[in-house]
Amino acid sequence: MDEDLAAAIGGGIGVWSERLVNAILDHGQPALDVVAALVDGFGGAIDGALLGAPPWALGGAITAAALWRVGKGFALFTALAFAAIFAMDLWEPTVSTLGLVLASTALSLAAGVPLGIWMARSRIADGLGKTLLDLMQTMPAFVYLIPAVMFFGLGRVPGIIATVIFAMPPAVRLTALGIRQVPPELVEAGRAFGCRDHQLLFKVQLPNALPSIMAGVNQTMMMALSMIVVASMIGAGGLGNVVLQGIQRLDIGLGVESGLAVVLLAVVIDRITQSFGTGRGGKAR
Amino acid sequence: MTLILPSETASSSTGPAEVRLEVRRLCKIFADDPRPALSLLEAGAGKAEVLRRLNVNVGVVDASFDIRAGEIFVIMGLSGSGKSTMVRLLNRLIEPSRGEIRLDGRDLTRLPKRELVEVLRRDMSMVFQSFALLPNRTALENAAFGLEVAGVGKAARRAAALRALEQVGLGAYAGRYPRELSGGMQQRVGLARALAKNPTIMLMDEAFSALDPLIRAEMQNELLRLQREQARTIVFISHDAEEAMRIADRIAVMEDGRIVQIGTPAEILREPADEYVRAFFRGVDSSRVLRARDLARCDAATVLLDEADDRRPALRRLSELGAGYGYVRDRAGRFRGVLSRDGADLLDGVEPAAGDAPVHALLRRVATAPCPLPVVDGQGVFLGVVSRAALLETLDRGSLGDG
Ligand SMILES: Nc1ncnc2c1ncn2[C@@H]1O[C@H](COP(=O)(O)OP(=O)(O)O)[C@@H](O)[C@H]1O
Ligand SMILES: [Mg+2]
Repeated sequence: MDEDLAAAIGGGIGVWSERLVNAILDHGQPALDVVAALVDGFGGAIDGALLGAPPWALGGAITAAALWRVGKGFALFTALAFAAIFAMDLWEPTVSTLGLVLASTALSLAAGVPLGIWMARSRIADGLGKTLLDLMQTMPAFVYLIPAVMFFGLGRVPGIIATVIFAMPPAVRLTALGIRQVPPELVEAGRAFGCRDHQLLFKVQLPNALPSIMAGVNQTMMMALSMIVVASMIGAGGLGNVVLQGIQRLDIGLGVESGLAVVLLAVVIDRITQSFGTGRGGKAR
Repeated sequence: MTLILPSETASSSTGPAEVRLEVRRLCKIFADDPRPALSLLEAGAGKAEVLRRLNVNVGVVDASFDIRAGEIFVIMGLSGSGKSTMVRLLNRLIEPSRGEIRLDGRDLTRLPKRELVEVLRRDMSMVFQSFALLPNRTALENAAFGLEVAGVGKAARRAAALRALEQVGLGAYAGRYPRELSGGMQQRVGLARALAKNPTIMLMDEAFSALDPLIRAEMQNELLRLQREQARTIVFISHDAEEAMRIADRIAVMEDGRIVQIGTPAEILREPADEYVRAFFRGVDSSRVLRARDLARCDAATVLLDEADDRRPALRRLSELGAGYGYVRDRAGRFRGVLSRDGADLLDGVEPAAGDAPVHALLRRVATAPCPLPVVDGQGVFLGVVSRAALLETLDRGSLGDG
């Protein structure tokens, strides 16, 4: 009796999710097409810009960023890392992965920062948002690959969307946290001098939450990087694809080379974005 | 011969200045529904009882007072007595639970948010105990904040901010960030931010409490100097009795959310309303706070004589009254000299004391004068006399040993 009920409920959830996905497919196709076109256009533009630049220019620009934000030693490391990637003949997949990470991060921030601001300001939004974020962070990534593929087919678009779902939570959480941690007397000062709500947000709260928000950007990028192999399973391409090839062909050389490229890219992105949260040269602000 | 024997005290009665802020029956209860707490308070319960019975914090209870244009109104009391809450009610950083706050006759508590913001931008500034400077902005950008928020153009607001920084002696530090400045300098920036928009009202919540004693005294002088240049209406919160005595025109003393006494420093020192107030000011050296005019008495024992009258009948009246001395004034009430019962001429060497002289500067003169020391105002008008007995009594009351 109880087991029947349990089975009915359990089966019910499965049935209902299937119905929901089908309903979206039946009635939401135009909307899905618009989303797909926007995401594809955005991701494609970033990819095109990165791949269009000559390797020395792109590598040089990132090395310059490393020099400016971190220091000489790390700039040398960055230059060597890109030289190694180029020498391993992994330049194109690496740059394409960088494009995927940048596009996913940008979209995560575009959705995540406003959501975080909203959560910091409203108790109801905070409750709903936390539930949603817990769901996004605990649901195994493979599970939402299925609807992503059903909605958007194979390729870059479902890859970016799945990555966004996986990588967005830290951006939201750290934005909300950063705003809540702004010293209350600064908020009082803003209001005492006649700030309206949007002035308080842009002149007082966001500037003071910036270190926390940048920590969120850093974590979002790292999580996006950790999704690249999964995303390549649905055709997102890039380094993830090379890693998969290495696994499929049991090609240890290819596996190690592509794995190393991922690690080098991760270290470079991590150190440079971290510096925006803590100030130049790692000094605390 | 006319003998005038006024029994009234000649105290520091300045003319009634225009009232800027009228506060009436203002209450703040920290609860979603303040009504149970309010009715409990109405029935005579105190803050502690409300907290015990309803688990509700009481901030301010039934505060009523007027703040006049151009005065420094100090609100003081122990920590937790509701001072910060009170000052935040005035600009509605905290929403009142009940009561009225009228600024130039207009009730701020009923003002919609949009209009309140206009009032805050135009009329009111605030200075905070913790400085509350924006760390990502330079001193100049911090000082310009109020004007920036109000939509003043960049060039105009930078000019005003620089002027304000120069007013507080920080013109050379315009480009520095708060973390590069000492505490005293940071609070000067806080002061400049408050001054830059040229407000008519400044709210200062323990503005100098976080500073070292030396810097604090310096800032108090700075404030008094600024106030002499342009008298603003200042509400100054303090828990430091010395500070309150130094800068206040009038003082309101708070205890457990209620105002227990309002008066000039001299009035409060002379007649503390209760043991709490007395204890508060016990350590204060009253001879430095009180001025000659605060002590000057003109009572039944002080015989006043008219310069135009004959000496002989005047002397007779003195002996009839059993008084040793008479104080001679001209038609305009100006002091002319002291007449002794034993002599027909005015006494030599009795120079009147200026009304503004601090009492501690009078000790020797009161001790050595043959008669109670006459006190005059800036125009030479006779205000009263300071006797040795009155002086000793005052010094005794201000000292630590009194109970
Ligand atoms: N936001 C708040 N919520 C609840 N209670 C508060 C709040 N702010 C102040 N209080 C209470 O109100 C009383 C007065 O506090 P406050 O005005 O800060 O006192 P003071 O500035 O004189 O030290 C204290 O008992 C304090 O605990
Ligand atoms: Mg306080």
